[in-house]
Amino acid sequence: MPQTASLTELGQHLELKRPDCVLSWDVVMDELTVNVSLSSIVGFVEFLKNDSTARFTTLVDITAVDYPGRAKRFDVVYHFLSMYRNHRIRLKVAIREEEMVPSIIEQHPGANWFEREIFDMFGILFSGHPDLRRLLTDYGFRGHPLRKDFPTTGYTEVRYDEVEKRVVYEPVNLVQEYRQFDFMSPWEGADYILPGDDKVAADGTKS
Amino acid sequence: MMDGSNANARGFEDARTDEQQIRNFNINFGPQHPAAHGVLRLVLELDGEIVERCDPHIGLLHRGTEKLMESRTYLQNLPYFDRLDYVAPMNQEHAWCLAIEKLTKTPVPRRASLIRVLYSEIGRILNHLLNVTTQAMDVGALTPPLWGFEEREKLMIFYERACGARLHAAYFRPGGVHQDLPPQLIEDIDAWAQVFPEVLDDLDGLLSENRIFKQRNVDIGIVTEQEINDWGFSGVMVRGSGLAWDLRRSQPYECYDEFDFQIPVGKNGDCYDRFLVRMEEMRQSVRIIRQACEKLRNEPGEVLARGKVTPPSRGQMKTSMEALIHHFKLYTEGFHVPEGEVYAAVEAPKGEFGVYLVADGTNKPYRAKLRAPGFLHLQAMDHVASGHQLADVAAIIGTLDIVFGEVDR
Repeated sequence: MPQTASLTELGQHLELKRPDCVLSWDVVMDELTVNVSLSSIVGFVEFLKNDSTARFTTLVDITAVDYPGRAKRFDVVYHFLSMYRNHRIRLKVAIREEEMVPSIIEQHPGANWFEREIFDMFGILFSGHPDLRRLLTDYGFRGHPLRKDFPTTGYTEVRYDEVEKRVVYEPVNLVQEYRQFDFMSPWEGADYILPGDDKVAADGTKS
Repeated sequence: MMDGSNANARGFEDARTDEQQIRNFNINFGPQHPAAHGVLRLVLELDGEIVERCDPHIGLLHRGTEKLMESRTYLQNLPYFDRLDYVAPMNQEHAWCLAIEKLTKTPVPRRASLIRVLYSEIGRILNHLLNVTTQAMDVGALTPPLWGFEEREKLMIFYERACGARLHAAYFRPGGVHQDLPPQLIEDIDAWAQVFPEVLDDLDGLLSENRIFKQRNVDIGIVTEQEINDWGFSGVMVRGSGLAWDLRRSQPYECYDEFDFQIPVGKNGDCYDRFLVRMEEMRQSVRIIRQACEKLRNEPGEVLARGKVTPPSRGQMKTSMEALIHHFKLYTEGFHVPEGEVYAAVEAPKGEFGVYLVADGTNKPYRAKLRAPGFLHLQAMDHVASGHQLADVAAIIGTLDIVFGEVDR
């Protein structure tokens, strides 16, 4: 595909120009993904913006992905678009839970709300952000909803109290358990004990 | 009296007459303001009538769509997209379908592709009709929304006749569209597209040269090329400033490359140019609709790619056990999407609507990020509105084209 060829060329160009920033890159399904080290993200974004072959002047999106099992728990994912060269790029930075990400607000003012949203949803801090407040959740909300260990139901529920004449916050009270369906076929070797079948030992023999 | 001329008159002893401290005035614009187009709370700092600072507080309509999507199957997630930008529901579904099709490498039958284009353009007209006319209402005109909603009603009926729902369509499915269109519906859409330009002419006559409308919109909220790059604008916000950037043309998806249409651009990048661009885009959408109708008449065929991600036909289910099992498994477990990540974007009426999908090989998305154009446009509100009058805030919000379903997600 021609798109893949030009993106491969771009990837090689970036690696050649900034070998210190690019950890690795690949082109999958016509999309260029570049893994960048945490310390060089600001410099690399600046470079992408000003380099004449790249010209990624438009910030499309910043988001994060939570992988609780990894030592570097979060991936911060940047998407850029060049309206002049008509191509896109995705940058990925893997960070530990306690690490701070440098803000790219100097290079792209539009990063402001994206970084606030990530702080709100994942609890990732951005150094150099002028106004890191919560964005989408309630005033006074606690926790970071898009982390995998945050329950979908949340911890509190709100209702209007007729007696107190105000909105009150209460712990979530579920009438029915939140339904999680398991589609793992028992014939394909589920590696857990089925409910009601707990007397079966792990190796399959009845005790 | 108040100027201190007769300060000692009876009854006015308590009035201060010396020079007073003047400080900036903070007001809350919304969340229940009719010109806020939803539940927007703007904290405005005013110096007299000039906006000094504008802090949008969003999230009042936050429903946690992205979190909910992580615990539902790919197909169950589709209707959430109708509830994002509920003014043009099918355009959002389109992005989700494109993302899944890219990962599963599902081909879309040609007839389904044409139907998608047809309904995406109907969605565009739905959106622009609402936006142009209610923006006119924000600046004082009452008639346009009445005319606009009359046409929207007709388009909603086309939605209903295709999928049974007027708003929350769930019509685009991974691998095609849910049902084929009846022939009469195509004829009716075509007949409507022939008379609709007259309505646009009426709106044009009412607004385009209207003195009050121009006074409220010309040179208000000017957006330059630099600002487009800084704030990540897309859609009409870009085209209104003279950049001919349209994903339908520059990164064609579906079968937009076969259609003959033009991309209108503005010159000054102000509210008035954005209004004109939207008006012209509706005319171009009508052109695409008429071409799509013509193509649909001559292209019978399947509307769903038969395979793992789509249900079997009813006829098959009644004769084949495997088809019945497939149907049951598809609607309980759902289909599995191979591991990988993908970003799919469409030119939604408001700008670039994108889906960043991370799949882990199961039947549920590991992470789905919805990139809404209105989010970035509203973000720039502080920058665009500062220095304008309070009354211009309503006009600017109007042409930014904000819908809170997609901003808050």
